[in-house]
Amino acid sequence: MAKKKYEKSFLVELYRRMLRIRKFEEQAKECFTKGMLAGNIHLAIGQEAAEVGACAALTDRDYITGTHRGHGQCIAKGAKTDKMMAELFGKKTGYCQGKGGSMHIVDASLGILGANGIVGAGIPIATGAAYASKTWGDDAVTLCFFGDAAANQGTFHEAINMGAAWDLPVIYLCENNKYGVSTDISRVTNNEHISERAAAYNIPGVTVDGNDVLAVYEAVKTAVERARRGEGPSLVECITYRHEGHYCGDQAGYRPGEYMEEALAHEALPTFRKYLLEQGVKEEEIVKVEEEITQEIAHAYKFADESEYPDPSEAFTDVYSMDNERSVLR
Amino acid sequence: MSRRISFSAATREGVLEEMRRDSNVMVIGEDIAVMGGTFALTRGFLEEFGPMRVRDTPISESGFMGMAVGMAMRGMRPIVELMYNDFIAVSLDPLMNQAAKLRYMTGGQITIPMVLRAPMGAGRRNAGQHSQCLEALFMHIPGLKLVCPSTAYDAKGLIKTAIRDNDPVVVLEHKLLYAKKFEMPPEDEEYTIPLGKADIKREGKDITILTWSRQVLFALEAAETLQNDFGISCEVVDLRSLVPLDWETVNASIKKTHNVLTLEEGVMRAGVGADLSAQITETLFDELDSPVNRVAGANVVSPFSPPLEDAVFPQPQDVVAAVRRQLNV
Repeated sequence: MAKKKYEKSFLVELYRRMLRIRKFEEQAKECFTKGMLAGNIHLAIGQEAAEVGACAALTDRDYITGTHRGHGQCIAKGAKTDKMMAELFGKKTGYCQGKGGSMHIVDASLGILGANGIVGAGIPIATGAAYASKTWGDDAVTLCFFGDAAANQGTFHEAINMGAAWDLPVIYLCENNKYGVSTDISRVTNNEHISERAAAYNIPGVTVDGNDVLAVYEAVKTAVERARRGEGPSLVECITYRHEGHYCGDQAGYRPGEYMEEALAHEALPTFRKYLLEQGVKEEEIVKVEEEITQEIAHAYKFADESEYPDPSEAFTDVYSMDNERSVLR
Repeated sequence: MSRRISFSAATREGVLEEMRRDSNVMVIGEDIAVMGGTFALTRGFLEEFGPMRVRDTPISESGFMGMAVGMAMRGMRPIVELMYNDFIAVSLDPLMNQAAKLRYMTGGQITIPMVLRAPMGAGRRNAGQHSQCLEALFMHIPGLKLVCPSTAYDAKGLIKTAIRDNDPVVVLEHKLLYAKKFEMPPEDEEYTIPLGKADIKREGKDITILTWSRQVLFALEAAETLQNDFGISCEVVDLRSLVPLDWETVNASIKKTHNVLTLEEGVMRAGVGADLSAQITETLFDELDSPVNRVAGANVVSPFSPPLEDAVFPQPQDVVAAVRRQLNV
């Protein structure tokens, strides 16, 4: 863990956010397992530090794009857990009024431009959002989350090439959990690290321990500063672990046992809790945070469970913003 | 003072006026800035608006289509130019799974005010990968609007409305219309044309021809022959936009003529005519004196050789023959 001194309140906030993700995901998993959620969910358990560290380097006016495994990314950027849980439940009080579900959570007011169900699709979108910032000179940066598997999509190459060619204020943040569904990245990729590919675009590329929230924070902070100076994008690769299978319920039998042994040995939350105590944060303060998060997630669950489903007539609204009725009819 | 200008010059005027009116409008695509576009549509734009608003891209259609979605999410109004509509095959995800669905999937939190302009169509001997008419493909995706003008006047009025629309709008322009000249109002006389408003290009009483884009010109040519040689009065309805569709005009015309023919250049199978025919049969069956008749491209790949190409998409004489068969004249 870092030698540098940080404000205690900052460190506690990082812990709070990581814990919020973990508890949200555990609650979602429980609901899914009990059959309370429709469709599919992809859990971010194990990837909390990468997501919280990255978003800690952003301000409220900055933007993110996310992935199909997007709950943690949204929470890290400040999304409300009750509206998120309600969306997972398909309720009208959810972020998207039940029309998007787990993979499409957006909070435009927080700069969350959206999770995405198509692997790699967010990379050009983030690049375009950064293009808008450069056009307007608004000083905002866009951080693009994607997984190791998305780095083999064509959109990765096309978008990063353009982001680099035009010095756009964008941070490409790869959460490398080593698996695309069942496929070990090393079986389908000839680079040890995704960050090596930065050289192809003549931009900085670094690999950091994605379970070290402060290491991620520092790497992204450097990238954000570069972007704000108008010097263009960076590629930051966070080595992390996906504790669950690809989707909730996937037993991940395709992974060797050592993967989880390694993941648990590198767990961010207990390590960081210990670090907080070493830094002089009082045990009571940590316990208080833990209790608050427990209460918050209990509230999120209750809110989602007790909320109403949307009226079926809502299925026909919002396809278009102008002339919706006629455009839907024929 | 009226004037005659080409379809491409009129489209250019429409885009130019909107870029001057709204600084969030920008154009992005291949060879549109320094060169000014394959059809010279954006010549001079780079000098006037600068590189951020007139952006030459690498050959990365999926990448820049996706970037346009991100720009639109932030409130810019990008106009993406694909060099040929056929290239949608390498750039469909950002349009189909992103632009078209984001408003809906976010419960209305986000709008995507982007325009996709693309040339389409056969007749230039461009062979299979540069000659398709893909209206049916775009129409099949809820969340997209689709505009296919046939004249310079319509092209200008519709592109301006498409740019101001807050939804993703696909504008397909037939390549063989670009150089054609049409009557236009004076340059300083601003106008727009609403989406979903058909235009009756020729009034008639015996049969309704539903069509759009270049085939409107073929329908008008056929209508002239049918009137002069066979005394058949055709009503040529230029749908102009396929989504939204001006059902009121379609409905009124069919109730007047009681016979209807759909005419399109794209392939017949699962084409626009198939859908129009089904809708008409479902709701106006009792009005019809003959079955809905479809004239469309053959279900083949666009060939290169001129005699082959001319044989696979509708020509004016095919329309004449189809109408005569339908009306037993």
